[in-house]
Amino acid sequence: MAELNINERQAGDVTVLDMAGKITIGEGSVALRTAVRRLLEEGKKRILLNLGQVSYIDSSGIGELVSSYTAINKESGQLKLLNLTQKLQDLLTITKLLTVFDVYESEAEALNSFK
Amino acid sequence: MTAETTELSLPSRIDTVATAAAAVAEFVNRSGISEEAAYGIDLAVREAVTNAVIHGNRQDEGKTVDVTLKSSPDAVEISVHDQGAGFNPEEVPDPTAAENILKSSGRGIFFMRTFMDEVDWLIRPGGGTTVHMVKRR
Repeated sequence: MAELNINERQAGDVTVLDMAGKITIGEGSVALRTAVRRLLEEGKKRILLNLGQVSYIDSSGIGELVSSYTAINKESGQLKLLNLTQKLQDLLTITKLLTVFDVYESEAEALNSFK
Repeated sequence: MTAETTELSLPSRIDTVATAAAAVAEFVNRSGISEEAAYGIDLAVREAVTNAVIHGNRQDEGKTVDVTLKSSPDAVEISVHDQGAGFNPEEVPDPTAAENILKSSGRGIFFMRTFMDEVDWLIRPGGGTTVHMVKRR
């Protein structure tokens, strides 16, 4: 089984990536990077990452979230995060990234925020 | 409980991070430390081994990453040794400083220091760096 499974779905003009597994150095981080870069190439610049099933993330994974955020902003797009686990929320808090990302607990609220 | 020591010698590859983490998880489970402490140790070990593989040994498979695990009634201690040129940990930028928050790397040592009770480095003049980390019970 892959370290990180990413399922893509479309909700209006927002692309939701449902992610399950680990975002760690190597396969997991690369999978996230590849998915986000591909969406940008396809012109999909409104992206919601559903992280509810992400069981583990390391500094490489945090770095990839930041890279995704800056790459999407550079293309005048928006990246938002949905369903942070407590551990991920704690890591984003201590790294002062929680204030950088737009974070939601409800998918409906997250999708509305893109409008 | 009694003291226990385990030593691992691993190749300088990215997949070594997961191998080391799995071995440490097994060791830590046997040591009977709390789940929260085990999570911190796991994250710190992944970051230390990542640094050893990438920054220390620069993924040179001719060089090994050596991990020593010690469990005692007071603490779990982990040392990760690489064969690289070494660095000055005091010169590593603070990833939480405003100018660094949006950088895509540089948080590994910060996580090690956050989740472990003690972290120190021994830089050998002849090459090689050992990071020694302690999590008290």
